[in-house]
Amino acid sequence: MKHLRFLYIACLVLLPLTGYAADEGYYGYPLTGSYEATILGTPVDMIPELPAKIPTRQLVLDVIPDRIRPPIFFYDEGLRCTFAYQDKKAPLVFLIAGAGGSDRGTKLLTVMKALHQAGFHVITLPSPTNSNFIVSASGSRVPGHLTEDAADLYRAMEAAWQKVKGDIEVSSFHLGGYSLGASHAAFVAKLDEERQIFNFRKVLLINPPVSLYNSVTRIEEMIRQIPGGSKKQGVFFNKMLSRFSQFYRSGNFVAINDDFLYSMYTNELFSHEETAGLIGLTFRISLAGIIFSSDVMTNSGYVVPKNRVLHHTDPLFDYFLVSTHLSYFDFFNEYFYPYFQSMQPGLTKQALIDSLSLQSIEGYLKSSPKFGMMTNENDFILTRAELNYLRQLFGERGKIYPRGGHLGNLEYKDNLTYIVNFFKQGGEHHEN
Amino acid sequence: MKTDNRCRAVLMLPALTLALGLTGCATTGDKPTTTEEPARHTISEFSDQRFAEVDDPWERFNRNIYRFNYYFDKYLFLPVVSSYEFVTPTVIQKRISSFYNNLGEVKNLTNSLFQLKGEELATTFGRFLTNSTIGVGGLFDPATEFGLDRHDQDFGKTLGYWGVDSGPYLVLPIVGPSSLRDAGGLAVDSGIYYGIYSAIDPFGFTDNSFPIDTGITTLGAIDTRHQQSFRYYESGYPFEYSMVRFFYHKKREIELGKPQPTD
Repeated sequence: MKHLRFLYIACLVLLPLTGYAADEGYYGYPLTGSYEATILGTPVDMIPELPAKIPTRQLVLDVIPDRIRPPIFFYDEGLRCTFAYQDKKAPLVFLIAGAGGSDRGTKLLTVMKALHQAGFHVITLPSPTNSNFIVSASGSRVPGHLTEDAADLYRAMEAAWQKVKGDIEVSSFHLGGYSLGASHAAFVAKLDEERQIFNFRKVLLINPPVSLYNSVTRIEEMIRQIPGGSKKQGVFFNKMLSRFSQFYRSGNFVAINDDFLYSMYTNELFSHEETAGLIGLTFRISLAGIIFSSDVMTNSGYVVPKNRVLHHTDPLFDYFLVSTHLSYFDFFNEYFYPYFQSMQPGLTKQALIDSLSLQSIEGYLKSSPKFGMMTNENDFILTRAELNYLRQLFGERGKIYPRGGHLGNLEYKDNLTYIVNFFKQGGEHHEN
Repeated sequence: MKTDNRCRAVLMLPALTLALGLTGCATTGDKPTTTEEPARHTISEFSDQRFAEVDDPWERFNRNIYRFNYYFDKYLFLPVVSSYEFVTPTVIQKRISSFYNNLGEVKNLTNSLFQLKGEELATTFGRFLTNSTIGVGGLFDPATEFGLDRHDQDFGKTLGYWGVDSGPYLVLPIVGPSSLRDAGGLAVDSGIYYGIYSAIDPFGFTDNSFPIDTGITTLGAIDTRHQQSFRYYESGYPFEYSMVRFFYHKKREIELGKPQPTD
């Protein structure tokens, strides 16, 4: 930690120089492994110091009036968004969380604070795959369909804007999202061209998947390669946990904290494949929440018996175990595709898969100057071909960092500076 | 008069808890309007080790308390904490947190002693001494700068260290996730703290020692909640209860240094 602190101070002192260094291709994000970066994120001392307290308000939006919520979701009183505001006229940025994320995810709040510090109003929205969104703001209650999710998000943004517009002055609107939230941002921007409520000036896609289905396939492969395959994830989890505990006991650690986690990384406690397995498992745990919430809301009888009314005291752990053992392909083939096929007879599986990609709106993405894209060379949700595709699609509007895995470097100072400057350009454009 | 009100508030809590518990039981008794049909995927197809699970025989009771804590936070605790954060400058908030964290060293100290951890005891004693003197009665934390790391200890950990099993998971009103063992530990730690406090009786010389003591305790509770970022049901994850249970339990077991089951 002392080394890190020293490095941080050194960075501060040399700050005026880093601008030049960046031009020469220097990039100081330290973690070289793609998986390791994804799990560990940015070392605390390399995240710029952001104000602890900024003026924020939680918005609870009644997006779908008369929505019936099952008793198990008694705590859900509307879509929760976090609103950070300025006391003067300023541009407003909507930020969309990644898969499963709430409006208060750590990374989302860091980006929110960085933008607020730079003079923006910010509203963060949960991902349409977050339970809160499924319960309170999803029209179909079946999330993961980019066009439908975009319509839900747009309605939520309008509701949020209605709620705050009397209290603040806004000069222009911007939009950003990361991971699945980046896909959502692209589709919301496209919808906005028709609806023209916000007329987004700048739209930033951070670590987007090109094809949602392909990216998830890659993550599924990461869990499939564990010993015994993904149906033995419990064995794998328990084994990893036991090694984790033994490592803690073998060293002289004060607590399970950043120092401990960093030391775990430097000691290569988990192999490359095991780290991949852990990322895959994390994805499954997140997917389990989506499957369960959607199933309860639609009463489809997928993992919860049809017509069963769950209450707040009911144990849910068996549902957790069942849902985490379902793959995205199970979900897609048995639940997701049948639903959209019933809505749209004649819809083929391939057509549905194709619609979940940036390629399906590439003409728009290519021609619109409002877009920006940032990602990493070693983001494992992209194949080499997909990375090249993004490079070609966005050209000058894209920024590709040499490392950082999937979102590992999002909170790194250079990345945050890039995000802030991207939206600032939108502001200059407005004033001219 | 003040004492009466306080007593009433204290008595209200178990009553409220009980009331919420009963309504919980009442609602679970509702009959479904239509007949159930088995789900497509059930636990019967499961052929794996169970994982991330914690022994929780009182789950229904615990889930009631979990919900009670959510309402308690929502309608009383968090509004008070927000008002405190609103009226108190951030610098002062930090000093107040340091002050209470320094008082907490008493608990760390007694428990490193109970666990016969000499080095840790010396470090904690050094911290307490440094922060109480150079740190102006605990308002600052120079000890950490000097490389004396904080070792959080409590009587639950002491019991665990000497081999007492955690026992069933338990969600305590207001306090939150715990276990049978840790709840007992909490009672012992509080007992020791108040024992020492009454023996010293720092405000005994004034006529207002009771309101001052109450004020210190109340501010301590507000500061504790202020320092915790956890909010009940905020994750939007439907299995939040189980995840919190797992992380609480596992983190403590690992930090205790007890042997972990291997496959």
